[in-house]
Amino acid sequence: MSSDLSPDLDGRAVSVPPGSSVPALTVTGVSKVYRVRGRERKTVTAVDDVSFTVAPGAAVGLVGASGSGKSTLAKMITGSERPTAGSITFGDVAVGRLRTGGLRKLHHQVQMVFQDPYGALNPLHTAEYTVMRPCQNFLGMSAGQARQRAAELLETVGLTPPSQFAAKLPHQLSGGQRQRVVIARALACDPGLIVADEPISMLDVSLRAGVLKLLAELRRERGLSLLYITHDLLSARVITDEIIVLNFGRVVERGPTKQVLQHPRDSYTTQLLDAVPNPFAADGAGSPAVRSRT
Amino acid sequence: MALLEAHDVNVAYEPSRGQRIWSVRDVDLTLEQGEFVGLVGESGCGKTTLGYALTRMLRPPARLESGVICFDGVDIGSMHGEELRRQRRNGFALVLQSGMNALNPVRTIAHHFGDIMKAHARPGDDVTATGIRRRGAELLDSVRLDSGVLGRFPHELSGGMRQRVSIALALALEPRMIVFDEPTTALDVIVQQAVMATIKDLQRERGFSAILISHDLGMVLEVTDRVMVMYAGRIVEDQPARDLAHGLHHPYTEALLNCYADPRADVVRLGGIPGTPPDLSLPQAGCSFTPRCPLAEDICRAADPPLSPLGLGRAACYVRARAGHVEMEASSVQ
Amino acid sequence: MTIITAVPPPEAPGTAAQIPIGAGGAIPGPLRFLGRALRTLWSNGKARTGLIILGLIIFVAVFAPLLAPHSPTATTFTPYRGPNAVNWFGTTGNGQDVFSQIIYGARVSLLVGLVAGGLATLVAVTLGLIAGYRPGPIDEVLGFVTNLALVIPALPLMIILAAYLQGRSVWTIVLVVAFTSWATGARVIRSQASTLRTREFVTSAAFSGERLFRVVFREILPNMTSLVAASFFAAATAAVLAEASLEFLGLGNPATVSWGTILYHAEQQNALLTGQWVMVFAPGLAIVLLMVSFTLINFGVDALSNPRLREK
Repeated sequence: MSSDLSPDLDGRAVSVPPGSSVPALTVTGVSKVYRVRGRERKTVTAVDDVSFTVAPGAAVGLVGASGSGKSTLAKMITGSERPTAGSITFGDVAVGRLRTGGLRKLHHQVQMVFQDPYGALNPLHTAEYTVMRPCQNFLGMSAGQARQRAAELLETVGLTPPSQFAAKLPHQLSGGQRQRVVIARALACDPGLIVADEPISMLDVSLRAGVLKLLAELRRERGLSLLYITHDLLSARVITDEIIVLNFGRVVERGPTKQVLQHPRDSYTTQLLDAVPNPFAADGAGSPAVRSRT
Repeated sequence: MALLEAHDVNVAYEPSRGQRIWSVRDVDLTLEQGEFVGLVGESGCGKTTLGYALTRMLRPPARLESGVICFDGVDIGSMHGEELRRQRRNGFALVLQSGMNALNPVRTIAHHFGDIMKAHARPGDDVTATGIRRRGAELLDSVRLDSGVLGRFPHELSGGMRQRVSIALALALEPRMIVFDEPTTALDVIVQQAVMATIKDLQRERGFSAILISHDLGMVLEVTDRVMVMYAGRIVEDQPARDLAHGLHHPYTEALLNCYADPRADVVRLGGIPGTPPDLSLPQAGCSFTPRCPLAEDICRAADPPLSPLGLGRAACYVRARAGHVEMEASSVQ
Repeated sequence: MTIITAVPPPEAPGTAAQIPIGAGGAIPGPLRFLGRALRTLWSNGKARTGLIILGLIIFVAVFAPLLAPHSPTATTFTPYRGPNAVNWFGTTGNGQDVFSQIIYGARVSLLVGLVAGGLATLVAVTLGLIAGYRPGPIDEVLGFVTNLALVIPALPLMIILAAYLQGRSVWTIVLVVAFTSWATGARVIRSQASTLRTREFVTSAAFSGERLFRVVFREILPNMTSLVAASFFAAATAAVLAEASLEFLGLGNPATVSWGTILYHAEQQNALLTGQWVMVFAPGLAIVLLMVSFTLINFGVDALSNPRLREK
């Protein structure tokens, strides 16, 4: 990767390069209700009337603990599920109504980075193959051209020299390296929006900054929009400009990231803040929540 | 006498013939009664292997190549079979990494309790269905779960609940030492915090010694008394938890600390550690951290630094040892 | 038999050793795939033994005309003889040489075993993939049909079918056996396919623009290679035994030269009473040997879908 030994990230906002033609993602009044099959006929409301926008080139954080509905929203935005109510548009495409053909076209523009770097890669395919496929499918490249582009992409995500990583299978790579392959694949078709669902939560703490820095750089260089989904407010702070806090499927707070974190209005946001481990707190005895209990 | 004393522990494993990986090298470790110690490091540093070695849970192809492990004065390193099994009752226990994987998916939670209690029953123990339910409810209550959980299956419980069940099962045999292997990986921050608070409370109330294995130094510092940092199979630092956030430390520890920051601050700088840990199938010359260390000098490449005094603990770093020595000299002059 | 779960592997301490480029090719051709499969199987001790035994049996079957001392159907020998210098395994009631029959018999047993096993597995994979990948009404119907086929006892069904079908030949046996043994494989493959369908790398493949055909055959199926191979060898084992059973019961063509018909004739002429114990044990042993070779090979198939097990 880069030569500096400590890839630092700060929370400075990023400006969009001029001439960026990425469409905006608009989520309006979206709800998702599941019917539970079982002895009792219950319904589960995973998402309840959520609205927000990801402007072109913006980085928006969707923050919440498990069960807050953030993953369900991610599935609906990428077309894997249909909302029960409300609409999701990407530019002028109505995402909620797409079928197979339309979904394929959507994926050319909207890509996803998953939480589990091992699960997101086919254990039998090499890194090169994994990154080549979107190039061949979306950009119509031949195998030779795709191989070339895959090498460039591997280099972009910091897996240098590419020849050393191209033939590797997932189990031969470390967690951080696998996640970089996943990012390379997401970039391969030149998407406009990347939906990153907890991309660093399964990585070691020491590897997280590197991956976050990569995402931030890619955003700066390519004018990508980023929807960053997480339960960790620290990473949300360094990579997003605006955050939306979800609790039980509802938006409880939203605003510019730094402002929300420094002046939280909802108690759930405060709870999330208190849960962030911080060795440097006042007397070194840990975060307020743990201290108050012991 | 310390509860657990381990000297010169070395663990190697052979994934294929001719290839040997030393995952734990020359580890000395002492654990006092009632002490809560953290074992921190990146994936692959050997911390889980060490935890397994200390609780005699290693499986081939991993092997304890050398080392003496004494639990309460008894050499458990050379025990096998029935003798070793008996040590688990009122001895030491291991809480595994993922609650789901440790629980049998086709059995109820009550069955799990019954299983453990019957396997280690002593005369006078009530292992009837009623007795098991009573004790199970007691244990679940101590980890803040409702007794209704007894009748459920693992897949019906959330990740946090499953982890609490694993902890309750470990407590069933009233161990004097529990090793927690990454108990909060795959849990979100709020549940993670709740589970850690429960563990801390239990440790205080019942007084068992505990080793917490994790890659999350920040989380470990919140609950432990003492922290040991591992890198490439060796222990590179050993300090009281309160002292780790200040002062000079092993460069690796400092780098790990830089991975944390306060999200509320005006300027947030998030650090990381570039590069990858060394390939342990190759012999290591000198300090293993040298390629990634900002303070590396020639002496570091020559030989592996020993653990020498630093602050209130110890660290394995030539550069820091020198600075610590200078500090000591300076203070003795004043 | 490993079923792939979603548990991440323990991290290897440091980056792993380089693998030769050929072994990690992007799109394996069928021959390269077979070559690698054989190499993987060869690396497992039990599988290697199985491969050697199977290899020997195949060799015997292919070169039967060169290896057999006499024609298997020539009735020129003194009937009902025990092992002697001319007829190593003795002779049948019709004066045929048992040893030559054993050698030629390998052809039929291998044929039925491999072809019937292959057919059954093909049906199982097709149905299993369809049902597993597309949940919905088709899945329900196929699932019901599979369960029904599982419940019906195979051997009685085989007997009935063989007894009523016109034209007794080896191919009748092949079809009957294949028809009655696809269900187990189908059920297992269906379960595995529906588990794999929910794995993130399958979703990712869709995100990479892969079409349904490619997703099923390049993403899901390769991860089921072990399962399919295991199903095949299990089906082949059962097919060998089923063929022998049907022939033994006289439901095949008694004129065929196969291990099962030798047993049929042995039964007909009370071979044990006449002291021709070799005529009973030799075909039995041959059948068992072939079945054991398949089973041994099955021990090595885990590594086909699990690349971590290959580097031994």
